[in-house]
Amino acid sequence: MRKKAFLLFALFISAFAFAQDEGESLLDLLGEEETTNYASASFKTTRIINAQSIENVAEGVLDFKISHRFGRVNGGLGEFFGLDQATIRLGLDYGITDRLMIGIGRSTVQKAIDGFAKYKLLRQSSGKKNMPVTLSLYSSIMVNAQQWANPERENYFSSRLFFTHQILIGRKFSSGTSLMLMPTLVHRNLVESTAVENDVYALGIGGRQKLTNRLALTFEYFYVLPDQISEIHTNSLSVGFDIETGGHVFQLHFTNSLGMMDKQYITETTGEWGAGDIHFGFNISRVFTLKDTRPKPEE
Amino acid sequence: MKTIATIILVALTTALSAQSKYFTRNGTVTFFSSAPMEDITAENYNATAVLDAETGAVEFSVLMKSFNFKKALMQEHFNENYVESDKFPKTTFKGKVLNMDDIDLSKEGSYPAKVEGEMTIHGVTQKIAPEGTIVVKGEQVILESKFIVKPEDYKIEIPDVVREKIAKEIEVTVKTDLEPLKR
Repeated sequence: MRKKAFLLFALFISAFAFAQDEGESLLDLLGEEETTNYASASFKTTRIINAQSIENVAEGVLDFKISHRFGRVNGGLGEFFGLDQATIRLGLDYGITDRLMIGIGRSTVQKAIDGFAKYKLLRQSSGKKNMPVTLSLYSSIMVNAQQWANPERENYFSSRLFFTHQILIGRKFSSGTSLMLMPTLVHRNLVESTAVENDVYALGIGGRQKLTNRLALTFEYFYVLPDQISEIHTNSLSVGFDIETGGHVFQLHFTNSLGMMDKQYITETTGEWGAGDIHFGFNISRVFTLKDTRPKPEE
Repeated sequence: MKTIATIILVALTTALSAQSKYFTRNGTVTFFSSAPMEDITAENYNATAVLDAETGAVEFSVLMKSFNFKKALMQEHFNENYVESDKFPKTTFKGKVLNMDDIDLSKEGSYPAKVEGEMTIHGVTQKIAPEGTIVVKGEQVILESKFIVKPEDYKIEIPDVVREKIAKEIEVTVKTDLEPLKR
């Protein structure tokens, strides 16, 4: 009797299990395979405005960057609101892997030549692997190639060198909102006087807010810790728009910094927003895919 | 004696119901867009598919972020601006092979298949009726199909500036090698 009851029960269960298949999703039979979902496109480009964002160019991608900063808008009509003057940085960035990129650049400001490397150490993700933030390490070197200010004294090449190291911590809070913190150290081999520091510590904050799929508002601000740079230098504040048009991203912005390299805008900004010392500027990026990195099908 | 027979019966029904289902987790879905200024292809090798040979029911699930493009920027734009993968991570298809009775999965060969069902892309569901082929090769069942998807049917907006680069009709090719689902 017991056996029979058990069998009936077994039959019932198997019939029930069978019946359950009907009407429900067949895909449920496979069970959900847990995957890791990495946050992507936290920013539209590898730069917020002047500062590096947590984005990298992908492996095998060459990014040609043309950046302009015009004169100060308070130059008035005589200077055509700053548009008469232009400073430029031309840059080439390349992705060695999806997580490591390098770049070189040439600026008209200080006739500077620069090079940098950025490595994505942690990637924000959810799902199987959980990571609340993306964290990148960034280092750059800049050579000031101008004529020496005091040619009569003995000058060393090392005095032309400036180094910047940053930890870029960013989080994409929603599909439209991303924020970043950028603890920064700028090392200057030669400074103008003993009153200022060779090592300058600063904390940067930046972000973007998408307004539409193709338009985003961006900002960045660098707070330099007190008593490190001379009185005439102020903190860099920039606000702008990222506009995407198919293959290009145009970044249009207003900033109180003229230079576009790290040590220039972080430690040598002279403009005051309140006094109207604002530069209009833009970055244009054009990417070239040099390598086909698409995966092949699994066998 | 009766008990044994019942046990066998129970075992058989379970075994049979399991045998009739076929699945894959790495099916191939590719699409091709041909426009005056640019041809675009993208491949996805991680499509999930299940076929119930008994009822002809067939289902697909495709993770949009798994589509690979040659240009990384294009892939980003595809996910960010067009299919909005954060909001709509998957494309799904739920349908039926209408002429399943004509297809003998125990006999090797190639059978034309008429499929009808609902496809959901970008959160929009449309009825589609693609034609395909079912190829039986040993234990494997291969589903193949090619059909046209119009982005505007799924409320995927394409701005005028890229109109010359993205086709109004996208050709989608599906090829999945299904294996028997064992439970």
